[in-house]
Amino acid sequence: MSAGQNDQARARWEHFCHVADLGVRGYGRTMEEAFSGAAMALTAAVTDPAAVAPLTAVEIDCAAPDVELLLAEWLNALVYEMSTRRMLFSRFQPRISDGRLRATAWGEPVERERHQPAVEVKGATYTELHVGRDAAGEWIAQCVIDV
Amino acid sequence: MDLNRLKQLSEYAWEIERQGAMRVPAVIYGDGPLLSDMDNKVYEQAVNVATLPGIVRASYAMPDAHWGYGFPIGGVAAFDADDDGVVSAGGVGFDISCGVRTLHTRLKPDDIETTKTALADALYANIPVGVGSTGHIRLDDEEMDAMLSGGAQWAVERGYGQSGDLARVEETGRMRGALPAAVSSRAKKRQREEMGTLGSGNHYLELQRVCEIYDPGIAMAFGLARDDILVTIHCGSRGLGHQIGTEFLKEMATTASEYGIRLPDRELACAPILSPVGQRYLGAMRAAINCALANRQIITHLTREVFAGFFSQASLELLYDVSHNTCKLEDHEVGGVTRRLFVHRKGATRAFGPGHPALPSGLREVGQPVLIGGSMGTASHILAGTAGNDALSYASACHGAGRRMSRRGATRTWRGRQVVDELAERGIIIRSPSMRGIAEEAPGAYKDVDAVVDAADRAGLARKVAKVMPVVCIKG
Repeated sequence: MSAGQNDQARARWEHFCHVADLGVRGYGRTMEEAFSGAAMALTAAVTDPAAVAPLTAVEIDCAAPDVELLLAEWLNALVYEMSTRRMLFSRFQPRISDGRLRATAWGEPVERERHQPAVEVKGATYTELHVGRDAAGEWIAQCVIDV
Repeated sequence: MDLNRLKQLSEYAWEIERQGAMRVPAVIYGDGPLLSDMDNKVYEQAVNVATLPGIVRASYAMPDAHWGYGFPIGGVAAFDADDDGVVSAGGVGFDISCGVRTLHTRLKPDDIETTKTALADALYANIPVGVGSTGHIRLDDEEMDAMLSGGAQWAVERGYGQSGDLARVEETGRMRGALPAAVSSRAKKRQREEMGTLGSGNHYLELQRVCEIYDPGIAMAFGLARDDILVTIHCGSRGLGHQIGTEFLKEMATTASEYGIRLPDRELACAPILSPVGQRYLGAMRAAINCALANRQIITHLTREVFAGFFSQASLELLYDVSHNTCKLEDHEVGGVTRRLFVHRKGATRAFGPGHPALPSGLREVGQPVLIGGSMGTASHILAGTAGNDALSYASACHGAGRRMSRRGATRTWRGRQVVDELAERGIIIRSPSMRGIAEEAPGAYKDVDAVVDAADRAGLARKVAKVMPVVCIKG
């Protein structure tokens, strides 16, 4: 379990290696899809996203001075919701404009037996933080998370 | 790391000479093999730290240094507020005051042989551990602020532990200068149900057996003898610290340029110590230190309750409690002059030497206990601060082995069940809510802690006192 596809958002994700922690990377045709992929990779750091039912919707609203800091804000907002609601998320619908991200994230409460959560994510870091398009025009959104 | 880029100062000390924007040199401790194995990022990050305003003498990296966020993990740097010095949220990290405390049980292996499985089950049942776990204590707004100001002292006043514990905690259990008002409501909310929880990842509670004594004199002063059973708790400031780290990292990254600070890496996010954001961060970070101290104190109390059900005579006195991720205002001698400096330790242990006034009687004569955690199945070590380490590293030493393999690499190499079974064959009992978590934390995913500790000893950062091996590990 290190990469996957989120059909609903057509966002793809993968993990990349950082010796102490873990990198999360999302790809997509749009920045929003890449942000969804990165969020899915965040969930996958904790458990198999396929085991997380998108039952309950949570609204997220955050802002940052540039798109890279906005990615860290987005992931940190999800970390906060995961922590305070004791939930895991498996479906994401972010909308980005003018340095602001508004999103709906769907998920369910963590169940230790079923989800076997491996780690708690402490926060998204600015290490290997990058949001941009590759040569083929595909969006990439990535950073290392502290676990 | 390419050793040709370093100037060797001694067998265990290497210098990156001042170059480019560096204000001071960088010094990395360890032997040739340890440094050769270090990531090049440690070199780059130690250099970046050396460029920050107000840094004094050198940027240091301990023998367990590895690629961190802005600062290397195992990084130590001191700043002078009166010389435009900075405080860095990245230099402290997300898990503020993550640390280790060790308790004596006064039991021997024979005393626990028949009960250790039941003891492991009882500890696992009574100490909240792992993702999604909640503590038994709920703090209202007033109590939250009292905890953030009072630390372990607050916990003892509320009945979690004994007043005698406090002398054996850094800052006697309470970090002064905490500003609960500088801690956001989101950080407090994240902590509301997490008091007295162990967390996950590399955090643990272990029963350990003293398997080797290196320095009988200091061991006696620490109350340690061969085959003693100890309890060691490794955890930090939980969600509150993580949230404070997250929020100030962003604020400092976006405001640094307003203070004329050029960040070579955004993760080095910092602010002048005397600036409003610097002062707010110090107040919030100190509150997070208190949260970590209170948390370890509550877990100590829960552990004592479990032990009382098995051994009426076990009092579980505290040997010591150390913190790894902090920025503290301390006096250090630089060039023959005592200066008040803000010392960042990022994945490094304070290691005050003999005679330091901050140490309680009983420890002042021999130096501060330096508790070095291992990983399930590997040794942990107890060292003591040395007389000469102030000049080497602002009285700091390593904090653990550090990973040698990524989490992904570990899950590809091991299955959790296999790790648990193999350790059981060696007499080590593991309890954890997550088999994947166990695989990610497999002992083989970590570097050899013995080599790191030997290097710290020979470099003069801390003196080896005792080695302990796990008997039971409760893993998050």
